[in-house]
Amino acid sequence: MTPKTEAELAEIITGAEGPLRIEGGGTRALGRASNGARLSTSGLTGIELYEPGALTLVAKAGTPLAEIEATLEAEGQRLAFEPMDHRGLLGTAGTPTIGGVVAANVSGPRRIQAGACRDFLLGVRFVDGQGRIVKNGGRVMKNVTGYDLVKLMAGSYGTLGVLTEVALKVLPRPRSTGVLRLEGLNDAQAITALSRVLGSPYEVTGAAHLQTGPNEAPVTMIRLEGFENSVAYRAAELQSLLAEFGRFTLETDPEKTDADWHYIRDVAPFHGRDGDVWRISVKPTDAAEIVADLAGAEALYDWGGGLIWLLAPQGSGVSAGKLRAAVAAKGGHAMLIRGDRSRATFPPLPAPVAALQEGLRQKFDPRQILNPGLMAQGETA
Amino acid sequence: MQMPEPNPAILAKKAALVERLQEVLPGDAVITDVAETRAYECDALTAYKCPPLAVILPASTQEVSDALAICHEMGVPVVPRGSGTSLAGGALPTADSVILGVARLADVLETDYDNRFIRVQTGRTNLSVTGAVEEHGFFYAPDPSSQLACAIAGNIAMNSGGAHCLKYGVTTNNLMGVTMVLMDGTVMELGGAHLDAEGYDLLGLICGSEGQLGVVTEATLRILRKPEGARPVLIGFDSNEVAGACVSDIIKAGVLPVAIEFMDRPCIRATEDFAKAGYPDCEALLIVEVEGSEAEIDEQLSLIEEIARRHDPVELRQSRSAEESAKIWLGRKSAFGAMGSINDYMCLDGTIPVSQLPYVLRRIGELSAQFGLDVANVFHAGDGNMHPLILFDANKPGDLELCEEFGAEILKLCVEVGGCLTGEHGVGIEKRDLMAHQYAPDDLAAQMDVKDVFDPKWLLNPAKVFPLDSSDPRRAA
Repeated sequence: MTPKTEAELAEIITGAEGPLRIEGGGTRALGRASNGARLSTSGLTGIELYEPGALTLVAKAGTPLAEIEATLEAEGQRLAFEPMDHRGLLGTAGTPTIGGVVAANVSGPRRIQAGACRDFLLGVRFVDGQGRIVKNGGRVMKNVTGYDLVKLMAGSYGTLGVLTEVALKVLPRPRSTGVLRLEGLNDAQAITALSRVLGSPYEVTGAAHLQTGPNEAPVTMIRLEGFENSVAYRAAELQSLLAEFGRFTLETDPEKTDADWHYIRDVAPFHGRDGDVWRISVKPTDAAEIVADLAGAEALYDWGGGLIWLLAPQGSGVSAGKLRAAVAAKGGHAMLIRGDRSRATFPPLPAPVAALQEGLRQKFDPRQILNPGLMAQGETA
Repeated sequence: MQMPEPNPAILAKKAALVERLQEVLPGDAVITDVAETRAYECDALTAYKCPPLAVILPASTQEVSDALAICHEMGVPVVPRGSGTSLAGGALPTADSVILGVARLADVLETDYDNRFIRVQTGRTNLSVTGAVEEHGFFYAPDPSSQLACAIAGNIAMNSGGAHCLKYGVTTNNLMGVTMVLMDGTVMELGGAHLDAEGYDLLGLICGSEGQLGVVTEATLRILRKPEGARPVLIGFDSNEVAGACVSDIIKAGVLPVAIEFMDRPCIRATEDFAKAGYPDCEALLIVEVEGSEAEIDEQLSLIEEIARRHDPVELRQSRSAEESAKIWLGRKSAFGAMGSINDYMCLDGTIPVSQLPYVLRRIGELSAQFGLDVANVFHAGDGNMHPLILFDANKPGDLELCEEFGAEILKLCVEVGGCLTGEHGVGIEKRDLMAHQYAPDDLAAQMDVKDVFDPKWLLNPAKVFPLDSSDPRRAA
């Protein structure tokens, strides 16, 4: 089913007699597969409003992400939260949609400085499991009118309602980008270096460490964006701040710096390789120790260490139980992004939090028809 | 403003309630003396007052949990209170409620500069959070103008903003985790020192929920390294339209100032008389501040100047020193005081799309003539958050009501042009009855569904946010 209007979508949901599997472009097949009837938002497309001078864009949920990015680019703007493209990692095809990005709260390397998708989401319209058409938030940057269901919808994977329209804050594209690179640091050294630069006043917008970089060697990368002189100045300041670690090189060729960060954003080192892929959010200074406890797995650290992408090959001995225990001991959470679907995907929740989540689900989708398998407690056993 | 009738059954069990609260709280943490509870009868929206049944001042999460469990069991409403600086009546008691003040929860629990966060108890004031980390060169970004007094608990409840949120965001963008107590006494942790909590974004949901979903006792807040420096430029224009167009052009040019403040002629005149900051005599004035090293500031300010010159400014004054910066900010910072020296005033807080600025200012001018009340505009132009100040005379019968009516018209106008009723102050009781202008019944029902889940008996912060007729059936259930 591919409704063309919000009203049509509401009719479909109201009249549904069984579970529905909600899909945007179908590129982010995360979580346990649901077996309901496919309901696609790809018929709800179009940019409704774009005001570059107000940094706001409103689009229907099924609008291709590429269309939005091209429209912004033409005005020298962008989605600052840098949503990753999951296709390479998950081996999926199709066209990512803005609704899918929001439903999964997809954010990239710049999340560490600019914020997550949910931080740029100004308003939503959605149809909930009762068939109610609901709007929340709006198209302005500051809005505390009533409860913030906008945040609730971001990252709820279509389990509370099907998004029909999203309003986003956008930001100017910087005039230039510089990437500092250094090969050869170990994990702990790299994270110490990254913590130091993120705690500096130099507005670092990317801070990553790859155990296996494009040249096979471990590489630490730091991104600066802004006016050309300012990037050069801050790169020099960071270099002296990091003198003890070695001599970083500075890359400012836009094609190369873009390629570098797409490589990190899309977790390119793990593309086409066998094994489970985990996405782990922790306190940055805990990251190296957690990874060390999971010998046999390979890591890519983003967000200064706060985000660990982990590849656990078959036979590496890194089980879901062991991994979750290692993360729980330090505080944080882990989600299985790619792997054997019979296993838990979303992180388990503490009992009182799970009870609230279940209560919200009962309210918004009392018949339990929206993506019933996803984010459910059964899945987190 | 209509408030629900106090429940006589609750008033009748005051003695039993107080006795049970005294079992779980120290003696001086339960206040029932009528003279003392009067200090809690209102917040910064002083037009509305009502002494509570009792006031409790717990000093730990456990005490909060114990006290809430008792109130829950006895069916007694609870009004959480930070420092009582709400301009929307967010902490206004009802006669049958207990005020839960967080003032004794003021400790710093942990600071972590490597991971860039601070964990505090929520009775701590906003400014003292920055105070706890500035020695190390860090700061907490949200800076509401009441930051000297306002508590983090209130900031979270109202999702407070400030002058610098164009660059740094508001409270919800800087809140990483909380310890929260539900009305039934359940204690839970949401988020923490890591980013993006698991499951639904309950942290985002409770931030800005006006203390109606839970009482937040501890918070993990993102801290940032202070910029090397900051300097403003002051630009005067001979019309609001031109100033509005300049704001839009600055944003489009790719500079991201940390603040863009706007003042209109009535506001400029009043602050000039009051603070003598040396502002130009013009229709509209912008203060644009940028951050960075000296060279970075120069580069950004030059670009802003270049853009401003295309709009024929009547005055353009770039700060070259800390003294000059202070002078530029002096008038803006004393705007509210200046208004207070003229008359009583009501401060509004709607947000509009920036592109609608000239139209909205023109309409406000027309409404001002129609109502016969003066209004001055001062606001955060970069994000469209307006603060029209309506002047009235509290001693003149009917003037307050007239002012409220005028204010409601302005807020409806904000909604009409695609904006919202409140950008950073919250709904409270002040804008409660206007909610239906922004939200359709199903929109409000979806929000009230959330309230049903967190607080099924509707005991936390009663009679706020939702129009009473829309919430009646749920409160009675």
